[in-house]
Amino acid sequence: MKNNRRNFIKLAGIAAAGLALAPKAMASSGGHSPVKKNPAGIDAKRWAMVIDTTRLNTKEDIAKLADICHAIHNVPHIEGKREVKWLWSAPYGQAFPEQENPHMSDEVHHREYALLCNHCENPPCVRVCPTKATYKRADGIVAMDYHRCIGCRYCMAGCPYGSRSFNWGEPREGLDLAKLNPEFPTRMRGVVEKCNFCVERLAVGKLPACVEASEGAIVFGDLSDPDSDVRKVLRERFTIRRKPTAGTEPGVYYII
Amino acid sequence: MRMQNGFPIIVGLLLFIGALCTPFLVGTAVTGTYKEPELKLPANEKNCVESKEFMREQHMQLLNDWRDWALRDGKRIYTNHAGKEFTISLQNTCMKCHNNKADFCDKCHNDAAVTPYCWDCHIQPEGLK
Amino acid sequence: MLEIALKGSKRYYGWIAFLLVLIGIGSMAYLNQIMVGLKTTGMNRDVSWGFYIAQFTYLVGLAASGVMIVLPRYFHNYKKNTHLVIFGEFMAIAACIMCVLFIAVDVGQPTRMMNVILHATPNSILFWDMIVLCGYLGLNLLVGWTCLEADRQRLPHPKWLKPFIYTSIIWAFSIHTVTAFLYQGLPGRHYWLTAILAARFLASAFCAGPAILLLVLKITEKVTTFQMPRDAVRTLVKIIMYAMCINMFFFMLEVFTSFYSNLPGHMHPIVFLFAGAHGHSELVPYMWTFIGFAFLSITLLVTPKLRENQKLLPWTLAILVIATWLDKGLGLVIGGFTPTPFNTITPYWPTGKELLVSMMVYAIGALVVTVLFKIATGVKEEMEQSQSLPCGCSTEDFCDCAAKAEAEAEA
Repeated sequence: MKNNRRNFIKLAGIAAAGLALAPKAMASSGGHSPVKKNPAGIDAKRWAMVIDTTRLNTKEDIAKLADICHAIHNVPHIEGKREVKWLWSAPYGQAFPEQENPHMSDEVHHREYALLCNHCENPPCVRVCPTKATYKRADGIVAMDYHRCIGCRYCMAGCPYGSRSFNWGEPREGLDLAKLNPEFPTRMRGVVEKCNFCVERLAVGKLPACVEASEGAIVFGDLSDPDSDVRKVLRERFTIRRKPTAGTEPGVYYII
Repeated sequence: MRMQNGFPIIVGLLLFIGALCTPFLVGTAVTGTYKEPELKLPANEKNCVESKEFMREQHMQLLNDWRDWALRDGKRIYTNHAGKEFTISLQNTCMKCHNNKADFCDKCHNDAAVTPYCWDCHIQPEGLK
Repeated sequence: MLEIALKGSKRYYGWIAFLLVLIGIGSMAYLNQIMVGLKTTGMNRDVSWGFYIAQFTYLVGLAASGVMIVLPRYFHNYKKNTHLVIFGEFMAIAACIMCVLFIAVDVGQPTRMMNVILHATPNSILFWDMIVLCGYLGLNLLVGWTCLEADRQRLPHPKWLKPFIYTSIIWAFSIHTVTAFLYQGLPGRHYWLTAILAARFLASAFCAGPAILLLVLKITEKVTTFQMPRDAVRTLVKIIMYAMCINMFFFMLEVFTSFYSNLPGHMHPIVFLFAGAHGHSELVPYMWTFIGFAFLSITLLVTPKLRENQKLLPWTLAILVIATWLDKGLGLVIGGFTPTPFNTITPYWPTGKELLVSMMVYAIGALVVTVLFKIATGVKEEMEQSQSLPCGCSTEDFCDCAAKAEAEAEA
């Protein structure tokens, strides 16, 4: 599939550049794939996250992580109902509306829960995207290609977790241009964005920024490896996921 | 058979074809005086990712491929024809050497009247204001 | 045949100029939206589709108006519809164009729209919606234009066209089904997550679509010599009556399932729409207007005396159109996004600019309808088909105007 797509792009490029350029265009890949993964990067069959809500449960603590995430990804700060957010906090009733009961333990009920993209096994956003601008990578991360997004917002209707934000205006108006992270792009108006599980950090061997800053309250690892940290903690502690009835199989677990 | 309104039709057609051809007639006058823009090349790096000719003609194609390789396949190391490896990144590889967009990218793009949307998202090395 | 559209009265040109002014004003608002982004609209993170997509959904129904004329004509050989067919097809063309435009004004990056074809994604329903809408547009252009051209030359309709006509009839059902699939396959949007949505879309389209078509044709009768055959109108109104009854029946099925099952997810949107929740009751008056008008229109349609009353008919149809528009245009989209995935309520209301852009699209649609109907009525006039007689009958009706006039003169 991927090769077909690449060939198609290549053919379109050749057609546009004219036949004279064709031999050179073929030479760009030299008949073999000129790309490889960074050996320093970390890889998995299925990345997953476990959030220990007994340790990470206040607005302030989650806001700290969100600030770090939003700063390194140049996520704009916009007030009101057109906000853009990758990581944020919400009370129990908003995080787990289907799993609330009227006589819950005060302690659990009053915690704040860190919310982000669930990087689902069966992501509805990928299913509905008409351009493959949202896609699922081989390692389970639901990623986005902002170059290709047409801004139809079908993914926002599809996501049962409200994890996606649309740039209703120019995102750079919501950023302190002097404090941008120069190593990561911003977005442009008219595209959807969301948490990317820090693919750019995994590619160079670093854990996601929120995991690193959480002091152990967030565990990250390969769900398909029985000896991984996430599997170990999932074996030992009771966890729930958001909206299990949606059948999406979220990759983010919450220790209650 | 006589053509109805023949005269105005023929004159109109001739005017239209003439207007269509003006770029070819006037254009040579412009291209005759056209000077290639002077680019500010990196001071301490002689070789780009690929040869000068390849980059001049196909940098857009390469960037297109780079994007898909990095984002979709998660393969972020590119090996060039000489066997040298580069990290695939516009901001962190290309623009580290070409550290001024206005002196490099914009020169040709302005002359060719193209406005690629790279910089709507990617941050130029000069920073944003 | 286009030359027919160029020759018109002052009133015709005045109307076209008026539409162009509306388009001009609306396009200013659209330019502004392109420059600063969709923040000119009332849409937000939680209600991420609004008035535009609602109009798109509603107009898909208008696109199908023609099939309720074409189907009886070709599948049942109902000859009385012969001279109405072309208007159904031309209305479908305008509706498809408006649908595509409403999607185009809704996307954040319109210059990248072609990505839908360049990176075709068959698992996305939006891809299929593009296919069925463009296909339906093409089919109606082909069939409508070819038939009218043949009529004008007094030739029988070409035989090769038959498969296209039959395809277009089946295709009309697909545009609703696929548009409903856009909504009804999303987990977590309970107001949409119902198998009957596609059926409801069909039912409401088959009443609202022909109703709008009849209203537009009533105006056409006033400004041209064209006159709809009475029996054809009678049949069409009966179809509208049945479709509206089925539409409301399906709605009641929805209400029963939600409240008897007592499933919170299914009840919440309906409670929000009809009673308000968490202090938000902006839509309540509109939704009850929908219920009131729906049953009023059904009453007026099922009572034979009232249904046959030609003076009353436009009012009945207008009431029906308002009811279905409130239900499918407004309630459906906002109700689907309420409550949010966090079980909260975020209000949405279209802004003035959003309405101006919508006005632009509607004006473009009206312009297309005007030009196409001008051509169609022009040809009908040349052919002396379906023309109005002094006594108010159509030349297709079996009514003896001369005798009537004599009788009146004697009396």
